[in-house]
Amino acid sequence: MLIRKPDDISSSEITSKSTYLSRRKFISGGLAAGAALAGGFYLRDGATHREDSPVHADGPKLPGVVKSQFSTTEKPTSFQDITNYNNYYEFSTDKYEPNGLSKNFRTRPWTVKIGGLVSKPLTLDIDDIMKLAPLEERIYRHRCVEGWSMVIPWVGFPLSALINRAAPLGKAKFVAFETIFSPGQMPNQNRAILEWPYVEGLRMDEALHPLSILAVGMYGEVLPNVDGAPLRSVVPWKYGFKNTKAIVKISFTDSVPPTTWNRMAPDEYGFYSNVNPNKDHPRWSQKTERRIGDGLFSPKRPTLMFNGYGDQVAGLYAGMDLQKYY
Amino acid sequence: MPMPSPRLLRVLKVVAFLLCLGPLSVLLWKGFNHQLGANPVDVITRTTGRWTLTFLLITLSVTPLRKILHLPWLIRFRRMIGLFAFFYGTLHLTTYVWLDKFFDVSAMLHDIAKRRFITAGMTAWAAMLPLALTSTAGWIRRMGGKRWQAVHRLIYLSAAAGVIHFIWLVKADLRRPLTYGAILTILLGFRMLEWAIAKARQRTPATAHAASRPAQN
Repeated sequence: MLIRKPDDISSSEITSKSTYLSRRKFISGGLAAGAALAGGFYLRDGATHREDSPVHADGPKLPGVVKSQFSTTEKPTSFQDITNYNNYYEFSTDKYEPNGLSKNFRTRPWTVKIGGLVSKPLTLDIDDIMKLAPLEERIYRHRCVEGWSMVIPWVGFPLSALINRAAPLGKAKFVAFETIFSPGQMPNQNRAILEWPYVEGLRMDEALHPLSILAVGMYGEVLPNVDGAPLRSVVPWKYGFKNTKAIVKISFTDSVPPTTWNRMAPDEYGFYSNVNPNKDHPRWSQKTERRIGDGLFSPKRPTLMFNGYGDQVAGLYAGMDLQKYY
Repeated sequence: MPMPSPRLLRVLKVVAFLLCLGPLSVLLWKGFNHQLGANPVDVITRTTGRWTLTFLLITLSVTPLRKILHLPWLIRFRRMIGLFAFFYGTLHLTTYVWLDKFFDVSAMLHDIAKRRFITAGMTAWAAMLPLALTSTAGWIRRMGGKRWQAVHRLIYLSAAAGVIHFIWLVKADLRRPLTYGAILTILLGFRMLEWAIAKARQRTPATAHAASRPAQN
């Protein structure tokens, strides 16, 4: 005689007990909760909009900042949101955590090594770098490849000012940037989440474009650590990851420099990574974007070619197949 | 532990029900107090998604737990927990359909066809749907226990697709999705082991076992 394992659930066990909340009750309860959730948010959304007056951390003000003709007139995202929602994988892969984790990051002393195809390699101190050119406020749209966007009032100066100071050789065709490698301060650099240090790069004409800046501040204040202090690049017509935070090295090369996300997933992140609503991404539609600070039920906004900077930068890519060179 | 009295069981069920509503309550509370951060849709999506997977794994834990701990009455909670997995999964899907895609059907179809993590997520939800619909005692009667049970094995597909959905959607750092994957592997491994043991028993003469291990129910 075979002894069989009893059925997982004997049917008597299942059928006899319908005493507890019936399915109908459960589903109607669930629907009611869902409706309450949706309805509640909807009312709240319409009635009391988020206080979008920028909450400042009362950081040190940067003196003598001048306005720039390149600024957008769009309303800047709140300081609170800019500093509490961003990707800084060296600290955390969570967008809410880098703010706290970067609080004690040391930004002084800080030097930037400049090398590669230059006549004379040099090392510049951050305080001297900040005096390379007058500081300007540049209010730029910022578009993340993940499909969200912000408007950020950076303070910085044209990247070209630093490049001119570095005096690259004629054969230099690309500029490569490198973030600090400091695993003691940046917890995720102890793990192989990405290849550290973070590296990025631009074609020379992109880097020399007047829209490309090195930022040292935001909202008129010294750049918060979470946004890449003390020095970060900002290239507003490209997806956010093309910018390099906490830069310690800039070098000039004659071939395309390796870039971190491209090495990680070349089919997702090309070297150019210009904002392009017509180039589909394997993960996210790039046709629209959620503007941070918009209400829960506000529709997403259409993403603009070159993040709306096409008039200024489209010429850089004349004749190039942007489906191929994404 | 002996079988709880019907009265105690009812109380326990109400407590479990309220506990299962906890994640939604926290989300609502944060929402009304402006604590959902810079991107509330992102938080709602992640929270409902995480709890869908969590409830799926809790549902799949019921059988191993009641066998290992000899608490057969735990089965009385399984339907409720499973329906909560479906509930959070539906909130997750609704967030996508409404707040991410704004009911743009063609955009959603494009997503399902092109983005494999969406394909996996849709599979996970679709596999739960028949289970939720046939969760009543009436349906068990109508389908017959055996057949009902066979259909409800779809939960394995749903949970696996859910974990794959999570793995495929992260850009880097797979620790969280792989934790869910590891727990699912253990839970499914328990069933495979049980199945293998039952198979082995069938092949060996039963008398030896009959003496050593009486059939239990």
